[in-house]
Amino acid sequence: MGSMRAIFLLAACLSGQALGLRLATTTSVYDSGLLDRVLPAFERATGVRVEVLAVGTGQALRLAERKDVDAVLVHAPELEGEALRRGVLAEPFCLAQNRFLLVGPKGDPARVRGVGGILEALRRIARAQAPFVSRGDRSGTHLKELALWRAAGLTPRGGWYLESGAGMGQTLVLAAEKGAYTLSDLATHLTVGRKRGLVALYAGEDPLLLNPYTYYLVPGGPKAKEAAALRRFLATEEAARLVAGLKVEGQALFQPLRGRCIIPGSGGR
Amino acid sequence: MEAAELWEIALRSLWVAGLATLLAALPAVPLGLWLALKGGGGFFGRALLYAGLALPSVVVGLFFYLLLSRSGPLGSLGLLYTPYAMVLAEAVLAFPLIAAFVLSGARGRVEEVRLLVRSLGGREGQVLPTLFWESRRTLAAALAAGFGGAISEVGAATLVGGDIRHHTRVLTTAIVVETRKGELESALALGFILLGVALLVTALLIILERE
Amino acid sequence: MSPVLKAQGLVHRYGDFRLEVPRLEVYPGEILAVLGPSGSGKTTLLRLLSGLLLPEEGRVEGGFRAYLPQAPPLLRRSVLENAAFGLRLRGVPRGEAWARASAMLERVGLGAKARQPAHLLSGGEAVRLALARTLLVEPGVLLLDEPTASLDPANAAQVEALLREAAGEGKGVVLATHDLFQARRLAHRVVFLFLGQVVEEAPASLFFQRPQDPRSQAFLEGRLL
Repeated sequence: MGSMRAIFLLAACLSGQALGLRLATTTSVYDSGLLDRVLPAFERATGVRVEVLAVGTGQALRLAERKDVDAVLVHAPELEGEALRRGVLAEPFCLAQNRFLLVGPKGDPARVRGVGGILEALRRIARAQAPFVSRGDRSGTHLKELALWRAAGLTPRGGWYLESGAGMGQTLVLAAEKGAYTLSDLATHLTVGRKRGLVALYAGEDPLLLNPYTYYLVPGGPKAKEAAALRRFLATEEAARLVAGLKVEGQALFQPLRGRCIIPGSGGR
Repeated sequence: MEAAELWEIALRSLWVAGLATLLAALPAVPLGLWLALKGGGGFFGRALLYAGLALPSVVVGLFFYLLLSRSGPLGSLGLLYTPYAMVLAEAVLAFPLIAAFVLSGARGRVEEVRLLVRSLGGREGQVLPTLFWESRRTLAAALAAGFGGAISEVGAATLVGGDIRHHTRVLTTAIVVETRKGELESALALGFILLGVALLVTALLIILERE
Repeated sequence: MSPVLKAQGLVHRYGDFRLEVPRLEVYPGEILAVLGPSGSGKTTLLRLLSGLLLPEEGRVEGGFRAYLPQAPPLLRRSVLENAAFGLRLRGVPRGEAWARASAMLERVGLGAKARQPAHLLSGGEAVRLALARTLLVEPGVLLLDEPTASLDPANAAQVEALLREAAGEGKGVVLATHDLFQARRLAHRVVFLFLGQVVEEAPASLFFQRPQDPRSQAFLEGRLL
């Protein structure tokens, strides 16, 4: 059984054919474990293997543009809208959402705990010139952060505003080391940030912090049929249950959307 | 991370780096010997080769990505994000390493070997094969160096392999993922395996060449 | 009798140094000693005679000449494989080459060490091995550069015996040396080189008893090194 599989894999490798459906996603999605939870069920049900490439958001979209992947799962609505208009991506399916959190040191030097909204929190940080770590990597999280500063009417600049250029986990480690604030997703905060002494300082209901994860097909990819099959699977009850069931220490990381969300620039869905 | 997956990743690292080393050695060893015979290949030959030692792996990775991408000139081969793409990129990185090692090791023996072959009435064309066998110590070291470079490389492996679990994930890219996820203990364990594998293979080559 | 080696009008230069040998012949069975102080051009002359170095002017004629440098290079192989190397270069099949090499190693007193790695040999053994390797390719002329310079008397005597044997078989032997006693023991004829010039050429007995040139006299009296 195992050796049969090995022989099959070897043969597939030697023939130079892609083994399965290639899905590009962001490192934060990959590292959250969401796909590890959802994809095995799909692979069992359909026999289609899914190869996941965890890359930056920008790179994921470039991979789609060059047809090197068959589908993407990303969370950068502004970039997605642009890619949809250019026909690089198609048929969006809103899989899940979660919320960004503002995390920072326990001492909370900018006194953001308990403020009414995220924009007010950011203004306080800027006023206090308290250290803030930005991802600085054009990822979904980074783009969201920039949009928030813009909405707050601020241009963050100065010695207190640090850009890590790294993934979420490393950015949280950096923030903990520097006693700085940063914007994070819940999953990475729970697995990395909290262990290093960061606390969630703003996790309110502010709709600005919503973070939708959308699955897209790449038109013209060689595994278009399989990519469409995965889209159908993600719409099932079973997939929604798997998404909702992903928990870290009792907290659900994602809320299933089952296709109900708004994609900026694409009209409603 | 489970032990089975760890083994799988370690084994994949071994064969990818091993195949890349062999692929690179096929042209690199004769080139190194030939340059040694030609008195070191001249200033430009040597400068070019030594510049190759500083070839940044991400640049090689980017080059192979563009070459093998479905929109690239060799896209129809379907090699991108397969272990074979990693083999190709790592072979290119190991090539100057192996050739430079062979060159610097064989250069010191060229005159001696040529004198011997010629003084016994041998032809100039017999110098190279003799030098090849005389340099086997150096060749072993060169292969070890090429292998060490290939197995510890991460930039090109990520760009053309894609770090796909159960398909192209190798020790170095796994370390990146584990570190990113904050699983520093797993990352460290993988790091020790990488060190162990590199040491083991190098030791094996040294033992082999001692006859 | 016709010579096995014949050189005419040889001129070779490097830098300020100029080697000039108008005429030199070696006859079968003859041992010719090339004497001279350091830097007189002995090694250059031997290399020119071997054909490994091409002269700027003049020419060298003769059959196959084998050259044995002062520190003969040994391959990183066994003693036997080193001995058989010249035969293998000539395409002699391995079995035959090894058999002939074994016999030759017995002759030079290295039979017991045939299977050892060559780099473990002593200096004297290394020279005998190199000599065995050279004799196996059956040169018409042997050109040896200071073959016993760093050997103890016992090893030197063995090498000298082998050279006499080779000459006895009709080979020409040219020996560059600054060991006067060795030249006296072995040589039939002597060429004395000084600063690249042939100062004197004479039968050995004559040269050692009544050197004609004052520089030869000085050399024999130990006043030239």
